[in-house]
Amino acid sequence: MRVLVTGASGMLGRATARALLARGDEVTVLQRRPSGLPCREVLGDVADAGVVARAAQGRDAVVHLAAKVDVTGPWAEYARANVQGTRTVVAACRAADVSRLVHVSSPSVAHAGAALVGAGAEPADPARARGHYSRSKAVAELDALTADSESLAVLAVRPHLVWGPGDPQLVGRIVERARAGRLPLVGSGAALVDTTYVDNAAAALLAAADACGPVHGEALVVSNGEPRPVGEVVARLCRAAGVPGPRRRVPFGVAWLAGGVAEGVWTATGRRSTPPLTRFLAEQLATAHWFDQTRTRAALRWRPHVGLDEGFARLGAWYASGG
Amino acid sequence: MTADDAAVPLPGLDPAWSRRLSVADPAGVEHAWHVLDNGVRDPVGTLLCVHGNPTWSYLWRRLLAAAPPGWRVVAPDQLGMGWSQRLDEPRTLEQRVADLGDLTAALGVTGPVVTVGHDWGGVVSLGWALAHRSQLRGVVLANTAVAMPEGDRGPALIRLASAPGVRAAVTVGTPVFVRAATALSRPALPADVRRAFAAPYRSAARRRSVGDFVADIPFVPGHPSRPVQEAVAEGIRTLDVPVLLLWGPRDPVFGERYLTDLRDRLPQASLHRFEGASHLLPEDAPQYADVVARWVTDLDRGPADRERPAPDAVRPLGAALAARADDDSPAIVEVGGATVSWADLHARVGDLAAGLAAAGVRPGHRVALLVEPSADLTAAVYAVWRAGAVVVVADKGLGLAGMRRALRSAGVDSVIGGPRGLAAARLMGLPGSRVAAGRLGPAARRALGDPPTLDGLAAAGRSAPAPAEPPEDADCAVLFTSGATGPAKGVVYTRRQAAAQLELVRSTYGLTPGDRLVAAFAPFAILGPGLGIGSAVPDVDVTAPGTLSAAALADAVRALGATVVFASPAALRRVVATASDLTEEQRGALGGVRLVVSAGAPVPASLLRALREVLPAAEARTPYGMTEALPVTDVTAAEVEAAGAGDGVCVGRPLAGVAVQVSPLDAAGAADGPLTDAPGVLGEVCVRAAHVKDRYDALWATERAASRNPGWHRTGDLGYLDAAGRLWISGRLAHVVTTARGPVAPVGVEQRVEDLAAVSAAAAVGVGPAGGQVVVVVVVPADGSGRRRLAVAGAELADAVRAVAGVDVAAVLTARRLPVDVRHQSKVDRRAVARAAARLLAGVRTRERRR
Repeated sequence: MRVLVTGASGMLGRATARALLARGDEVTVLQRRPSGLPCREVLGDVADAGVVARAAQGRDAVVHLAAKVDVTGPWAEYARANVQGTRTVVAACRAADVSRLVHVSSPSVAHAGAALVGAGAEPADPARARGHYSRSKAVAELDALTADSESLAVLAVRPHLVWGPGDPQLVGRIVERARAGRLPLVGSGAALVDTTYVDNAAAALLAAADACGPVHGEALVVSNGEPRPVGEVVARLCRAAGVPGPRRRVPFGVAWLAGGVAEGVWTATGRRSTPPLTRFLAEQLATAHWFDQTRTRAALRWRPHVGLDEGFARLGAWYASGG
Repeated sequence: MTADDAAVPLPGLDPAWSRRLSVADPAGVEHAWHVLDNGVRDPVGTLLCVHGNPTWSYLWRRLLAAAPPGWRVVAPDQLGMGWSQRLDEPRTLEQRVADLGDLTAALGVTGPVVTVGHDWGGVVSLGWALAHRSQLRGVVLANTAVAMPEGDRGPALIRLASAPGVRAAVTVGTPVFVRAATALSRPALPADVRRAFAAPYRSAARRRSVGDFVADIPFVPGHPSRPVQEAVAEGIRTLDVPVLLLWGPRDPVFGERYLTDLRDRLPQASLHRFEGASHLLPEDAPQYADVVARWVTDLDRGPADRERPAPDAVRPLGAALAARADDDSPAIVEVGGATVSWADLHARVGDLAAGLAAAGVRPGHRVALLVEPSADLTAAVYAVWRAGAVVVVADKGLGLAGMRRALRSAGVDSVIGGPRGLAAARLMGLPGSRVAAGRLGPAARRALGDPPTLDGLAAAGRSAPAPAEPPEDADCAVLFTSGATGPAKGVVYTRRQAAAQLELVRSTYGLTPGDRLVAAFAPFAILGPGLGIGSAVPDVDVTAPGTLSAAALADAVRALGATVVFASPAALRRVVATASDLTEEQRGALGGVRLVVSAGAPVPASLLRALREVLPAAEARTPYGMTEALPVTDVTAAEVEAAGAGDGVCVGRPLAGVAVQVSPLDAAGAADGPLTDAPGVLGEVCVRAAHVKDRYDALWATERAASRNPGWHRTGDLGYLDAAGRLWISGRLAHVVTTARGPVAPVGVEQRVEDLAAVSAAAAVGVGPAGGQVVVVVVVPADGSGRRRLAVAGAELADAVRAVAGVDVAAVLTARRLPVDVRHQSKVDRRAVARAAARLLAGVRTRERRR
């Protein structure tokens, strides 16, 4: 299969491109900076129609991961990268007669703040999604699924909390804060959360690229299917990285207020860095988020092959070898 | 419905059911009707559903949705009601019955009909039934009345609403009556459903018939509708079609006496009481619709196949007692009290039976026994049986509210009780006559209405004729389940079944007249005379089996020279724990016990081993069974050890004459597979034996589900048979965790976790939606570090639990203790554990962002 992977500089995009190459697919990657991957590479902005059209030329399938993933910054940046970027990709697929599009989304597009307990993939809902990232991804997913048609099969895949070696987002931030002794546990730490080991997420995207066609026009949540109390997940990440786990507990109410204050300060002062806590993050850390994987596994004929224990072992080995 | 009406949402109502038609009455006056009709053509039959006042056909929406295959469901709005045409004057009962006939003719209802009526719709539907007998296939009634029972002036609430001056204001001038009817619902109705019920009655003009309907209730003789009502009430005595009564016991309008009256008129009726439900039964018990559909489908199934193994010439109840009528050795020893010989007991039972009969206790009457375990209780049980009546036994472990619910559901005709028992009977508002057991002080006697005493009845019985020997297929007992999972269920035994049970106990444990029994598990206290062996009860609070001490047990054993002890695991645990207090003499007495039978719940092997210290000569045996069938299997400590580890508790092989099979579990955790005895198949344990219960009492749908394999009883327990024919119990069917990878039975997981030194008890439960649950293990740490509130276990404990659990465990939580049932102190209430775990693991409650 000839596949375009957008956003191959991120952890999941890179893992996906590697997995495709490993099984002998012909891969093109598109991102802003050189990836170092042994394949055809197009550099540029995913919202730039010319660049994307060039990258999509002659492809059978596109796996679209490029996105702005962050908690601060103005809406316009999210709208350009996530909404406009996705529209550009869809248009390029149509123009180049690409028959399959796997749009990588996020469970947060359908999340309005309450606990998710064994939840399915509810429709994306920009009006209730929390924060610029989730809202822009919700709009993008709706756009992508609307483009599902006879000639272009579209699947939206929502991996939940992807982690693994070399992850600057989730693992990196937690470890960095734990090392600095600034990692509190929000609430009781009991909320069950699903996570996804990066190799499983990549395998799910490959399975989606294969299944796309017979299966189309729907959103599927992907996770390890091994929910754990959030405090335990954080503690095991810290253990793998060789840093002390969280010792302080912050009541949820306090964390939520603090998140609100930080958001206000960062917005008012126009800081580009990531605030220590946001309301979205406080909620993510204090409410259950786990999913019913039955539909996903049946549709993609995929199962996670790296269990949590194995994943933590691999992460530990990676940190032990110097990160 | 008009465009304006449609503005009110009607949840659950399919607009396609709604239809309007005009029908002329005999006077030639056209009436516009609104009818719900599922429109099935060439139906197998028709369910004709008649609502009461002040509801409308919306009441029956679930029955339309759950209609049995091929059945038409027609639910009209009575004239003046709902969305049917308003009337200028009151409509009498006679007219309403005729109206309904005109309507069904216009609707082309020709084939078999089952009428369904609620509230005052009951009488109207029965009036139709009597006028269409050739078509009538069955009758369903829910919380209704056809007559004022003698001395009754009608439901107080309705009488109040009908009082002059009140009626107009309450029923028509204001929406009070309309709103109050739906406020009676338990649990409370959602606001949108209440609005839907009130939708047709929004103005005084639209409520006119609500008031007229109340006025048409014939409370007093001479009321114009009285003759028709009386004709219906008497006419239904001649109905020969099947009848199903659905009852909400919390109804403040139609109380128990109306149900009693209906059962008297319709003795063939099957009854299902929906505990917790009130007057608006179709709302309070939404499952009623499936129950009606099942019952209607069964109408053409023919009589249920009740094949079951016939016992070989079982000695009738009471035969063992009669056989020792001339024996002066002790039959009953009260520790620190009286000793009653076999001869005295036999004579007293005979006298009491005659006395009870003379006092009006008839064959088939139900007699509640609220007497502490004692010689009096034992004599009373055998006397009631000798009189052909039925004992009703609800233990105090149910609590006063639970006992009240249980005893009222059984419909008792008499109560025999000690001073406290009779006081409780009054508190519970039990109907029927009273007999005092034991001595009543003068004050108590006055307060309790000077009831006859057992001694008085026995004295009177000496000169009264002995009651006829009752037939062996007559009912003899209503016992109640422990109520660990929902309201306690009444379980009915016939004399033959009880006799078969005694025979099985006797043969299983090799009991001979030389044996003597100490019953430290209260329900067994009454078995001695039936088994033909002497018995004693230790000095212990029967409601708290955990209070039995080794010394109290030893004293009872010594007083009787006992060879056999029946106890519960909780009692035995206490005996082991207090063994150090035993004197040499007490140890000596316990050394004479040859057999200890521990019933009520599985006994861990460790406890069986510890018992050897206290009862060195005793073989420890554990029967497995339940209120509905006991015993089913039996196992010794040695057999448990020989069986090794499995995915549950080994309870041994089925006893002689008992068949055990399982109904396999499917991936969704339902046990609907055909019965099999293939080894290793996990499913619901099903039992077939001569001593299995006859039926559940007043729970038609429960009985139907439990006996859906003819001749077999579905136990609700989960288990499997191994290759050696041993039965293993893996939990309750209701406690199966339904994960995406298939069902997980809790007990195997719990046993593996409880084997950890750091854990003293464990419960494995499911959290999340059915079919997509995750397993959560709640443990009681052995070091006592568990708190009252659940908490996430530390990494070390969690890792240890996951290492042995054998399934993916999402979370390991700790607790100070696990909630257990009152009766056995050992059955873990896994549903309560699951609820608490789900709350904790959902995290904090955040506010959803609204659109």
